[in-house]
Amino acid sequence: MKPANIDLDEIIEHYPGRPDYLIFLLQDIQAAFNYISPEALQLVCDHTGVPLSQAYAVSTFYQSFSLEPKGEHEIKVCLGTACHLKGAPRLVEELERRLGVSPGGTTDDLKYSLETVNCLGACALAPVMVVDEKYQPSVTTKKLDKVLGELQQD
Amino acid sequence: MSKAKAEAKAQDARLASAADLEALRQRLIQDQDPDRPEIIVCHGTGCLANGSPEVAEALKKAIKASGLDAKVVPGIKATGCHGFCSRGPLVVVRPQGLFYQRVQASDVDEIVQTTLVEGQAVERLLYKDPVSKEAITLEQDIPFYKHQKRVVLRNIGKVDPTDINDTIARGGYLALAKALFAMTPEQVVAEVEKSGLRGRGGAGFPTGRKWKSALAAIKKKGRPVYVVVNGDEGDPGAFMDRTIMEGDPHAVLEGLILGAYALGAHQGFLYVRAEYPVAIKHLTIAMEQARALGLLGENILGSGFSFDVQVNRGAGAFVCGESTALFTSIEGRAGEPKPKYVRSVEEGLWGRPTVLNNVETWANVPQIIENGSEWFAGLGAPNSTGTKVFSLVGKVNNVGLVEVPMGIPLKEIVETLGGGVPGGEPFKAVQTGGPSGGCLPYSLKDTPVDFDSLTKAGSMMGSGGMIVMDRRDCVVDIARYFLRFLEEESCGKCIPCRLGIQRMREMCDGFSRGEGSEADIAELKSLARAIQDGSLCALGGSSPNPVLTTLQYFEDEYLAHIRDHKCPAGVCKALITYSIDRDKCTGCMACARACPQKCISGQKKKPHAIDAARCIRCGICMESCKFQAVQVQ
Repeated sequence: MKPANIDLDEIIEHYPGRPDYLIFLLQDIQAAFNYISPEALQLVCDHTGVPLSQAYAVSTFYQSFSLEPKGEHEIKVCLGTACHLKGAPRLVEELERRLGVSPGGTTDDLKYSLETVNCLGACALAPVMVVDEKYQPSVTTKKLDKVLGELQQD
Repeated sequence: MSKAKAEAKAQDARLASAADLEALRQRLIQDQDPDRPEIIVCHGTGCLANGSPEVAEALKKAIKASGLDAKVVPGIKATGCHGFCSRGPLVVVRPQGLFYQRVQASDVDEIVQTTLVEGQAVERLLYKDPVSKEAITLEQDIPFYKHQKRVVLRNIGKVDPTDINDTIARGGYLALAKALFAMTPEQVVAEVEKSGLRGRGGAGFPTGRKWKSALAAIKKKGRPVYVVVNGDEGDPGAFMDRTIMEGDPHAVLEGLILGAYALGAHQGFLYVRAEYPVAIKHLTIAMEQARALGLLGENILGSGFSFDVQVNRGAGAFVCGESTALFTSIEGRAGEPKPKYVRSVEEGLWGRPTVLNNVETWANVPQIIENGSEWFAGLGAPNSTGTKVFSLVGKVNNVGLVEVPMGIPLKEIVETLGGGVPGGEPFKAVQTGGPSGGCLPYSLKDTPVDFDSLTKAGSMMGSGGMIVMDRRDCVVDIARYFLRFLEEESCGKCIPCRLGIQRMREMCDGFSRGEGSEADIAELKSLARAIQDGSLCALGGSSPNPVLTTLQYFEDEYLAHIRDHKCPAGVCKALITYSIDRDKCTGCMACARACPQKCISGQKKKPHAIDAARCIRCGICMESCKFQAVQVQ
């Protein structure tokens, strides 16, 4: 979980108020708060002079941005070609069954978000997933028990 | 030297001339003790995930406790794992070059005692030849390394990418000094053109020709002009650019500065995928250190030439690897491509002349300038000069990164370097070129791997990903995989790409369920041509390649799905059934416990059975069975 004491204004003032800094700002806000709130988006627009419609277009075009709050734990399953061949689709299905959400979704208790990513470039670890920024190599359904069990205990 | 000390030294050490750089290099070389053992712990993504930081930490402790004078190279010294990712964590002991694989923290005491104190190799950690079963002691004797020609990767695994001095000691920035003081910008362009270097990002456009047309455009339009590094490595299964940016960031930076000098640019951009945080970190550190030494920024090496660069992080859009989409993304907008009636060397970033090259392309430039175009042109094949880095992944023994001269046969890469398919059978196909490429069957194993031969075979070089498939992989499934990928990544601007890819995917989905007819295959081919002709950018234009090449080389397999309602590889869910071989089943209950449907019945120590009506064909029973008793048909 990200600390709640990050100052949004500080992030915004860090960059010059120009349209070409829009993506930089959205990235930093996403990293700090795990999502971009309507208020934050409006503040970014006021600062950069970009119309809200365009900022909305940008934040929905790129996969890194989320306009909805994310879960406490983020589980990202790599769907690169090597992972696909080595059973990543099976992992995603199993995670869907266990968490009760589809990729892109967050559980109702805001505990888990399930994401898929196109390739992490870590093909020797296939099938690989990243849980809260930690790489989990050669994941089997059995290993899922262990990883999810550890998260549960948190 | 400690980091703080190094930084303090860099502060008062702005290099004001080529002679200053050479003096620093000589001093650094003298400071090195060639006899002092050096232990290199690979910190590439693969090794990191398998515990290399713990190994490095344990080594530091063990060496301190033993009182030996050895240097454990801290931090990330060799991202990209010296390439041999499937054997990580890797530890190399220099100067001998002893190569240890799959090292764990618990092995460290033995390494210190046996190797550092007694001077012997730890036998059980050595690489064993899979055929002869003999242990191989030295890194350079392992087939995976022996057959490589490392030009772009020469520093990776040898230098600490977070310390510029390490790179300078190995000749970093010498090419820049040579260009700034002994060559005119036109000579730099001419040298790159004569080398025959072609873009490593996909299409293989000659770099020198691109630069030359940029010069012409600058004459017409005037300045400013921009140089850009395309580090948005999006092809699934390709990770060479990540490895270069993480493991040798100064090579990319030096190449870019050389390009800027050649074209008279004063501002550059490094556009790097958000999924590569370590690459972004290392490039940022490299830029800071280069600035502190006067190798970047105002008045570089006292030559009067000024150039600076900024890092732009991508935000997770595959299409941003396309040049015009990448430019709109740097400008802060949604990365949609533009029509290319006017080329980006004339109107690129902010409508100015812009030269965009791929990471690996830029990293080749310093060596061309340093060693000359003739040297470079002497490597590789006539129309595809130099080397190429490939990522070898999928159903292959030695997963990792290899650099070989262009033009060597496909078979040599997969079998000699890659060690072939696990189990020893021949590979079924090799997918090259990412979502824009195609699948080459085993019958084309002798195809020379160069730009033109791959294109002729219906695939393409792409950024250099090679995904090896075996008989358990279904080509219809692979076609669906890439179509789903492209459907998701299509920016949606033009109709052939947006709707055409979706329609192709729907047809292939049908095949995977055993639906459709032979007429559909003809329709699919015709649709593919329309998409090739009608799409705005290369993402759409090349999107039918995975379908067309699998149809060209594996039409029988498509027909098996459509006509016989069978998936020969046992992948497509609607066409397969799982069952248990009663002779092999030991009744251990592992599958029954793992089954999410609870549709496996049977008692302990008695053969089990799967209730096909309730089975969802998730394959978990097969994965959990240790006795290969679960079959798929």
